[in-house]
Amino acid sequence: MYSQGLIGANTETQETPEFLAAFQARIDAEEKIEPNDPMPAAYRKTLIRMISQHAHSEIVGMLPEGNWITRAPTLRRKVALLAKVQDEGGHGLYLYSAAETLGVSREQLTQELLTGKAKYSSIFNYPTPTWADIGAIGWLVDGAAIMNQVPLCRCSYGPYARAMIRVCKEESFHQRQGYELMTSLAEGTEEQKAMAQDALNRWWWPSLMMFGPSDSDSQHSDQSMAWKIKRFTNDELRQKFVDATVPQAELIGLSMPDEKLTWNESKNNGQGGYDFGEIDWDEFWQVVKGHGMMNKDRINAKRKAWDDGAWVRQAALAHAEKQNQRKAAA
Amino acid sequence: MSDEKMIPLWEVFIRPRNGLNHKHVGSLHAADGELALQAARDVYTRREEGNSIWVVRAEDILASDPDKSAENFDPAADKIYRHPSFYDIPDEVGHM
Ligand SMILES: [Fe+2]
Ligand SMILES: [Fe+2]
Ligand SMILES: [Fe+2]
Repeated sequence: MYSQGLIGANTETQETPEFLAAFQARIDAEEKIEPNDPMPAAYRKTLIRMISQHAHSEIVGMLPEGNWITRAPTLRRKVALLAKVQDEGGHGLYLYSAAETLGVSREQLTQELLTGKAKYSSIFNYPTPTWADIGAIGWLVDGAAIMNQVPLCRCSYGPYARAMIRVCKEESFHQRQGYELMTSLAEGTEEQKAMAQDALNRWWWPSLMMFGPSDSDSQHSDQSMAWKIKRFTNDELRQKFVDATVPQAELIGLSMPDEKLTWNESKNNGQGGYDFGEIDWDEFWQVVKGHGMMNKDRINAKRKAWDDGAWVRQAALAHAEKQNQRKAAA
Repeated sequence: MSDEKMIPLWEVFIRPRNGLNHKHVGSLHAADGELALQAARDVYTRREEGNSIWVVRAEDILASDPDKSAENFDPAADKIYRHPSFYDIPDEVGHM
């Protein structure tokens, strides 16, 4: 019987046509791939990129909301927001640990985030100037994340799928608290309602961009679908999100900032769906390339947190080492 | 028996099939990891219980203190705001 360490195992594969075909056959049979299974290098690389981007998004995503914890208007809102931001930190951890099963180290991933080499969701490069932004984020940003994440629970890579199941269980509260917040603003004074509408105006389009480039422009989509890493295309998920979210806005008396938004009977194979306006892809790529409103602030905040935490990490290691030495000496 | 070396204890985790977590199934004694894996295969997977085994030295596992159960886990009990049902949204929205 052969054994293998979980970390640092030799993962090289001979990528013969037979090997690739056998791998694809496993995927087609809905078999899950587990860390020690042979897999094409490109499958591994795609997953590392996807999972680490997702992990970074959870972590950077704590910043725009964290901005409001001390200023939440009531204790009820404060505990909700605190609990949500805490969950996002946990989501980052589940995802980093899923990425680590593929042979990358946490240090490496962290460095890629801090040096700007790794990407995270462009949505977190928008600012949160008003309290209503907290409602809009929970409702729209977490709502869009859920659309993306639910199919990922069936992703072909076992550890990612299992991490997503845990994440999805926790996300429902995130969206509901945001929508509840928006509802109470929408039912409030004129100013409160205007604040809710203004937040919706600013967050709607960036939320649609969260699903990524259009299928016709997406460089990674086809292969990820074939490998069943992704189950739906960017445009399919975006459409589902629009169809689910527009009635939620109408119900609380808010409207999407899109003049072209119209119900189309013939969409979704005759079930109907919304036509919507053109997304500003220039804006999207500007933000992805680092020129969004908050890109610099976000990375600076992460760098500062990393640098400020250096003495804590070192002290913890020094303490552990000292304890070990004492134990060995005793 | 006094000066005979002890054979260490290993905890055994089995994954029933791909897609599931490895789950603790029990333990056994073995001189090293390779033997522990072989023994685990013989003891715990005779009826196709799994397709992957992890073994971990029992002494390498740290467990939380049962006496501290209350202080560790009770604080989660009154944080009902961590659950979706805590939030009131219009019925018409349906599942969210
Ligand atoms: Fe999250
Ligand atoms: Fe997420
Ligand atoms: Fe969330």
